[in-house]
Amino acid sequence: MKRVLPWIVPAGILLVWQALSQFGLLSGQVMPAPTAVAEAFWRVTRSGELWRDIEISTWRAFAGFAIGGGIGFALGMLNGLSRLSEKLTDSTLQMVRNIPHLALIPLVILWFGIGEEAKLFLVALGVFFPIYVNTLHGVRSVDRQLLEMGRAYGMSERAIFWRVVFPGALPSIFVGVRYGLGIMWLTLIVAETISASSGIGFMAMNAREFMMVDVVVVSILIYAALGKIADSVARLLERTCLAWNPVYAEV
Amino acid sequence: MVSNIVAQQTAVGASVDVNDVSHRFDLDGKTLPVLNRVSLRIEPGELVSLLGPSGCGKSTLLRMVAGLETPTVGTIQADGARITGPDPSRVVMFQDPTLYPWRTVKANVSLGLEARGLLRRQGHRVDEALRLVGLSQFATAYPHQLSGGMAQRVSLARALVNDPKLLLLDEPLGKLDSMTRITMQQELVSLWQRTGFTALLVTHDVEEALFMSNRVIVLSDRPAAIKADIPIDLPFPRHRGDPRLADLRRRILGLLGLDADW
Repeated sequence: MKRVLPWIVPAGILLVWQALSQFGLLSGQVMPAPTAVAEAFWRVTRSGELWRDIEISTWRAFAGFAIGGGIGFALGMLNGLSRLSEKLTDSTLQMVRNIPHLALIPLVILWFGIGEEAKLFLVALGVFFPIYVNTLHGVRSVDRQLLEMGRAYGMSERAIFWRVVFPGALPSIFVGVRYGLGIMWLTLIVAETISASSGIGFMAMNAREFMMVDVVVVSILIYAALGKIADSVARLLERTCLAWNPVYAEV
Repeated sequence: MVSNIVAQQTAVGASVDVNDVSHRFDLDGKTLPVLNRVSLRIEPGELVSLLGPSGCGKSTLLRMVAGLETPTVGTIQADGARITGPDPSRVVMFQDPTLYPWRTVKANVSLGLEARGLLRRQGHRVDEALRLVGLSQFATAYPHQLSGGMAQRVSLARALVNDPKLLLLDEPLGKLDSMTRITMQQELVSLWQRTGFTALLVTHDVEEALFMSNRVIVLSDRPAAIKADIPIDLPFPRHRGDPRLADLRRRILGLLGLDADW
């Protein structure tokens, strides 16, 4: 029963949606019926178009995430550990953080055109901040006494980093990762919709030109599925890595 | 001064010399003196208690002996060598167990050996230490699954696994309930008797100091200076109802400025 419960509402919506289309209350030009969407899904899958676009979009998303997340993690650690480094860079970063990164799209198109760099740059920039902020916060919130204990027992600075600071900051880093994943898809969708010649966003915009509403809806659903999968993977990692933490332990 | 029970097993304990140590903290540009010309010698194998009013600087003195802080003036030596930083031969047990929440009980106890690269060869000592504190069955548990007393026992095992020459106890039983506290006082004393390390115990519990130590050092209000150095020349295990302890208790409470009529 517990496993069924979360599916009742989506299934209900689907049924109502199908019924509304069936009885002509919902025009196919506004919103195609679920069966029409399923047909469109089957069509683009068979032609191979969908897989190509999913592949390129996923690659962009994770490459951008790796770049932005990597830099955010490194800077968060550095600024968490060194007051000097924080003094030097944090206020600048906070200033940049307050610019919505999507506002840079016109500039990014001028710089990179509609090439891969543009998408990677935007995704990396969007992902950078949640990871940076949460890593920094995580390092800062590591119990001082645990650090002291490590030193008292003769741990090297390197061991203190990997065995005390990093695991101590990990719960907070995971918060950043999950938040970053959300921003990653959001940024990619916008970037691909505005300027791309491949990817799911492009597929949607292309379909719009030909008034293929069903394909547009398929694209949107694909984004939702990809986002959900990424989040589930992050949660699984969280539960595995943070099994020691009662907050994350499986209930 | 040292009772002969201790003198028999001084082989592994370190001696401690505190030479004319004064210390100040800088707080918001103001100087706060915490220790005032403290000199003290602890013989190998002794268990010495530091008693004093809350916030008098007794913990600071202990942290200095641990090498976690450097005195503003004066020096501290362990076995004749000046203490300049922390060392695994002098381990601290704090009021909080300060266990790593992401490590199992066993991995927490392994900490010191692991840090020194000795875990592979001397891993059996971890099991020994766990047995010594009666937690063998909890080796794979995580700290959040333990009670306060159990967590503090893990903290003790983590200290013991390093074969410390000097065990520094900073109110280690302060947060435990009174029944667990009494049990652990007895356990600590019997461990100390069996292993022979030197121990310095910071406490604000007069009974605890009297029950556990060879000597009780009473400190004054901040900046702390030594007010009295009282040998407790009674054999272990001691009995809490011992009239001699009651006399000493009255005297110490008097030194601390407390009325001991009750």
